[in-house]
Amino acid sequence: MATVAEMPRETQTFTTVRTPDAAPRPVKVRGENVNVFYGAKQALFGVTIDIPEKAVTAFIGPSGCGKSTFLRCLNRMNDTIVGARVEGKITLDNRDIYDTDLDVVELRARVGMVFQKPNPFPKSIFENVAYGPRIHGLARSKTDLEEIVVSSLQRASLYNEVKDRLHEPGTGLSGGQQQRLCIARAIAVSPDVILMDEPCSALDPIATAKVEELIDELRTNYTIIIVTHSMQQAARVSQRTAFFHLGVLVEEGPTDHIFTNPIEKRTQDYITGRFG
Amino acid sequence: MIGYAFLLILAFSAVAYFVGRSTGSRFVATAGGKVHSLPGYHGAFVALWVGLPALLLLLLWVSFQGSAIDRMLLASLPETLTAGKSASEIDLIVSEIKNVAAGRMFSQPSADIVTVAERLQGWHAIADWAMIVVAACLMIVGLVLSRRLLSPRFRARNVVERIISGLMIGCSVIAILTTLGIIVSLIYEAAAFFRMVPFTEFLFGLRWEPQIALRPDQVAGQGAFGAIPVFVGTLLISFIALLVSVPIGLFTAIYLVEFADERVRAVVKPVLEILAGIPTVVFGFFAILVVAPAVRDFSNVLGLAASPNSALAAGLVMGIMIIPFVSSLSDDAMKAVPRSMRDGSLALGATPAETMTKVILPAALPGIVGGILLAASRAIGETMIVAMAAGLIASLTINPLDSVTTVTVQIVTLLTGDTEFDSPKTLAAFALGLVLFLVTLTLNIIALQIVRRYREQYD
Ligand SMILES: Nc1ncnc2c1ncn2[C@@H]1O[C@H](COP(=O)(O)OP(=O)(O)OP(=O)(O)O)[C@@H](O)[C@H]1O
Ligand SMILES: [Mg+2]
Repeated sequence: MATVAEMPRETQTFTTVRTPDAAPRPVKVRGENVNVFYGAKQALFGVTIDIPEKAVTAFIGPSGCGKSTFLRCLNRMNDTIVGARVEGKITLDNRDIYDTDLDVVELRARVGMVFQKPNPFPKSIFENVAYGPRIHGLARSKTDLEEIVVSSLQRASLYNEVKDRLHEPGTGLSGGQQQRLCIARAIAVSPDVILMDEPCSALDPIATAKVEELIDELRTNYTIIIVTHSMQQAARVSQRTAFFHLGVLVEEGPTDHIFTNPIEKRTQDYITGRFG
Repeated sequence: MIGYAFLLILAFSAVAYFVGRSTGSRFVATAGGKVHSLPGYHGAFVALWVGLPALLLLLLWVSFQGSAIDRMLLASLPETLTAGKSASEIDLIVSEIKNVAAGRMFSQPSADIVTVAERLQGWHAIADWAMIVVAACLMIVGLVLSRRLLSPRFRARNVVERIISGLMIGCSVIAILTTLGIIVSLIYEAAAFFRMVPFTEFLFGLRWEPQIALRPDQVAGQGAFGAIPVFVGTLLISFIALLVSVPIGLFTAIYLVEFADERVRAVVKPVLEILAGIPTVVFGFFAILVVAPAVRDFSNVLGLAASPNSALAAGLVMGIMIIPFVSSLSDDAMKAVPRSMRDGSLALGATPAETMTKVILPAALPGIVGGILLAASRAIGETMIVAMAAGLIASLTINPLDSVTTVTVQIVTLLTGDTEFDSPKTLAAFALGLVLFLVTLTLNIIALQIVRRYREQYD
């Protein structure tokens, strides 16, 4: 059987099986019929999804299915990739983020991102966290800035580990600490949404547990979207799960529902480890 | 003759290779899987044992044949030719004999000379043939001996590897020895200079007038060897050059790395490479014909007096010359900053310019500084442009509109024309060369150290 991606475009159908929450949350981010192309190659096919506010949404799916691609649409990081093109509509709080008079710089301040590999700047821990507030002029004074840095580090549950060495290089921390530093850096500009692309894939189990715990805490204040290859992680941290396959959003619904009785055959196969 | 000898060695080695390889194949056919090395390695082993010693012999032979025959010639000169002659006159006779032997005759040589020349020709022929015969014998011995070593369990593969790595070591040793040789000769000549002129006078003296009389009847100055004006001139011109090249080169690199799109890059990069490929002589006459007059006219407009070969003109052109150098090294340094740094900054809502100034430039700074130091050492050592466009008179000034001279220019002028290798005038060139060498060496070492330390940070 030909996969959807291999079929001629006119005949492709991108039906997504959707299961709503029992108690629906307000929508924060909405994607409508999103297509993404890298040059001539199409990576996403008509993705439509509502992402609820102040909850963790997990994107799962086999490698190369377009999870990162969709995530990068949400803060327009695809703009920085030569040849990438996004079609369709994505809204944040009902505003089209691809609107021409929307400032991409402001968008990215509201939609933070944490990458797969921790990428602290080669600056001190303090400077890493202060970077965002500085460029956006969020702190009026030096004490303001210090306050922001300390509270961000506290929210990222890193403060106690680094409070004596705020002025040492951020690159000198352990991998897990570096990743939490990157989360603190993202929090420091007080975003609404935090995107995380496999934030634990470079971490050991203990550091992973810490980051997961952190994600669970952050959920009360932020809308979080996390891409993960670990089914257990998705089950542990997320409230909703979206399953992608070959550039198509196959199924999305409450996490316990997706993991206990998925409707789509492909979802079933994936979470039971039959492919991917 | 030497060409034939090389061909012979090549042919012999090829034959040896096939002999070795067929022996190897026979091992494979008879002993099967127990053979240690592939037939090709057996072949290479034999070929190396045949070719290398012969090649070495050839090199030694060629380097010593000339002097050996010269000595024999001197010893065999008939009394009639040498009687009552001084050493230099005998030298003249010897070179005449050599000319006659080589068929270059300007006048009818005397009978004595003709006989000696014929004898010399005979010796040369004998020596050439002897070389070929000895080489051939050596190769045959090599072939026989190395074939005897071959056996199914013989580790030809490892041995060939060792010989090859030995060859590579040999090559790098040659490079190192050459460098050492140059340094030693520099130091030797400079030491001779410092026996005539005190070290402190050279380093701290404020007057540089090296044009002293070589012969008693020449009219010339007393001579003064205080190199400070020359150093200051060099630094002035290099400084102007860096003032031009660092901003332009750096901004070009920033533009190319962060802001230019693919099409612009496809044009600008090759153009910069063309700039880097222009011979410095061409830059030199560009300086004389275009920049120097322009500088003079411009300063006239401002009411300033500029000398025809001003430091400014030479420095500007030298700066243009090293732009590609600065830009390509900064380009490399910025490209070496991982993309994840850039993404991290952009994802925080920084603009590309903020990302550049706050993240990429600081991270690339060590590499950029290293590149600038390398460019500086280039500027200090640059010769052609300043030889053409800078002055000859060493005046102690930092006015860029004045004419100054540089270390390299002085070396060129001291060593061209009437020279004598025991006068301080000539030897001063070596002292200057030594200083130049030490300065550029230090700059290069510091620069490479910086660049290296910074590379380690990300890999
Ligand atoms: N910069 C790019 N240029 C061209 N094609 C790309 C680019 N990035 C991704 N793709 C392609 O788009 C498709 C989706 O890639 P994406 O990175 O979104 O997958 P993913 O689901 O995140 O995979 P993984 O789990 O391995 O990270 C893949 O087929 C990939 O080859
Ligand atoms: Mg991915």
